[in-house]
Order: sequence, then structure tokens, then C-alpha cells
Amino acid sequence: MSQTDPVDYIQRTREQYARLGYEDYRWAEKKESPPWTPIGKPISELNVALVASGGAYTKGQVAFHWEDDTGIRLIPSTEPASDVRVTHFAYDLEPAREDPNIVFPTDRLNELVAEKTIGSLATNSVACMGGIYSTRRAEEELAPLILESISNMPSKPVDLVLLVPV
Amino acid sequence: MGLVARVLEKAGFPTICLTAARSITESVNPPRAAFVDMPLGYTAGRPHEPEFQRDLLRQVFKAAESIDSPGSIVDLDVTWSDDPSWKDKATSGLNNGVNSAEGDSRQPRVNEPQYQYEEDRVAAES
Repeated sequence: MSQTDPVDYIQRTREQYARLGYEDYRWAEKKESPPWTPIGKPISELNVALVASGGAYTKGQVAFHWEDDTGIRLIPSTEPASDVRVTHFAYDLEPAREDPNIVFPTDRLNELVAEKTIGSLATNSVACMGGIYSTRRAEEELAPLILESISNMPSKPVDLVLLVPV
Repeated sequence: MGLVARVLEKAGFPTICLTAARSITESVNPPRAAFVDMPLGYTAGRPHEPEFQRDLLRQVFKAAESIDSPGSIVDLDVTWSDDPSWKDKATSGLNNGVNSAEGDSRQPRVNEPQYQYEEDRVAAES
């Protein structure tokens, strides 16, 4: 690998798991062409919803657990990121706890609304926990919950979903 | 997240996936993706650099607008640092190249809520 190439995490994980004596991980592989819904308006008119898998929650909510938590937490998009907490078993939480915008960028998205790059930010942002081991559980438990929250977004329908993993 | 994007898009919601793991995104094949060549855990930018973070997100939305072919990944023009050596040992987990943890650096998969602050537990349980 040249240092200008992206890190191949599938290959790195394979090597790491082999070293640790773990069974090889079967990454989700979708060969069929993805579904497609056209973006119907200019970006500056879109109501954008954030879905982020860095394990964000806000005070008063039950935090995620670390054993394949397929739940979601809805966080009002007006909540300053400094009030957002993060919990996750598989990434370095320290920088994200210093500045949650690096995994849950609601402050920045609100600023993009103010400068009219995007039209608005959906009433709630959707937080979930990445690292669900089972692809089936991610598709059958987590994804429908997220879809329900996006479909039932209060005030204004969602025009574009921005997904931010960790 | 690519799996979630596919479900949302199928239900009629356009999506754009930000990603720092290009190979995983290629495998999951979401409708639209924007790749940042940054360590895991910093997908939306470096901490306390709001202009860097805004620029990154503006590029994401430009990418969303420009993609007209399902399954496209746009490489964003963002640089973690002039020194690319973080890539040498980066794996998933906490050893993302910024940290240098060895072995399986992930935390145990415990089945109890994991609060950032004890006061959060008190607030949630009250």
C-alpha cells in the first residue's frame, strides 16, 4: 500500500483477526446496484437529516450499551453539540468527547443552514451505535427504526439524509 | 451505515454517506458516498476546527448534488496532515493510527448502558 492510498480496513481487519485467532469477519457485500431516489431540489432548499453512528446521546437519555445495541436516540437538532455525549466500544472517544461535531456535526450543520448552503436541518438528529456485528440485525432491527424516525420527522419532511459513521 | 442508506433510499429518501473507510463502503455499495482520507473516529473533521469541519460538509453536499450514477463514491479534498504515516498501522478499533494500541483494542461488548458521565446515569434513571 502506498501512503496515498486509502487504508484497506477489510484487509487490515482480516490480518488482525488472523493474528488474534478470531474467525474471519464477513463484511456485508452488496453486488446489486443500489436503490436510487433522485434529489428533487437544489441543495440550498433541502431539509437535511443527520443520522450518525458514533453512539451519541443527550442527558436524560439512556446511553447505548456496547453489545450490539440496535436502538436509536433522537436528539433535537438545536441541542448544542457541547451537550451531546458519546459512547462506543470501538473508536477513540477522547477527541469526540472534546468536540462531538467530529462524529455528530449538528453545530456545523446549523451553521450551514445559517449561511444557506442547505435549507434546514431536520427537527431531530438520529443517533445510533455502529459496530453491530450481525449484518442481518443491522438491516432488520436498526435500519427500520431509523427509517421510521426519518419518515415521521416532525414539522417538515426530510429531503436528504446525511449518514455519518465512525 | 451503507446498509441503512440502502434501506432509506429504497423507501424514497435520498441519502449521502460520509465515509473514512473506502473499502467497506465499496463493499456495501450505498447509493451516494463521499470519502474522507482521515483516521477512524474523525469522520466529520478534526476537533475544534470549525472551518475545516464546515468545508468538509460543504464538499459532502456538493458531492451529493453531483452524483448521478448509483453507487458512486466521491473523494473529498481534505487532508488529515502532511504526514501520512498514521496509515501504516491503522486498523479498526482504537488503534486508528493516531493512537498506537496493539491487538484487539476495542472495549468489551458489555450489555449495560455506558454513560459518559455518572450524572447522565442519574438523570436517565430518575
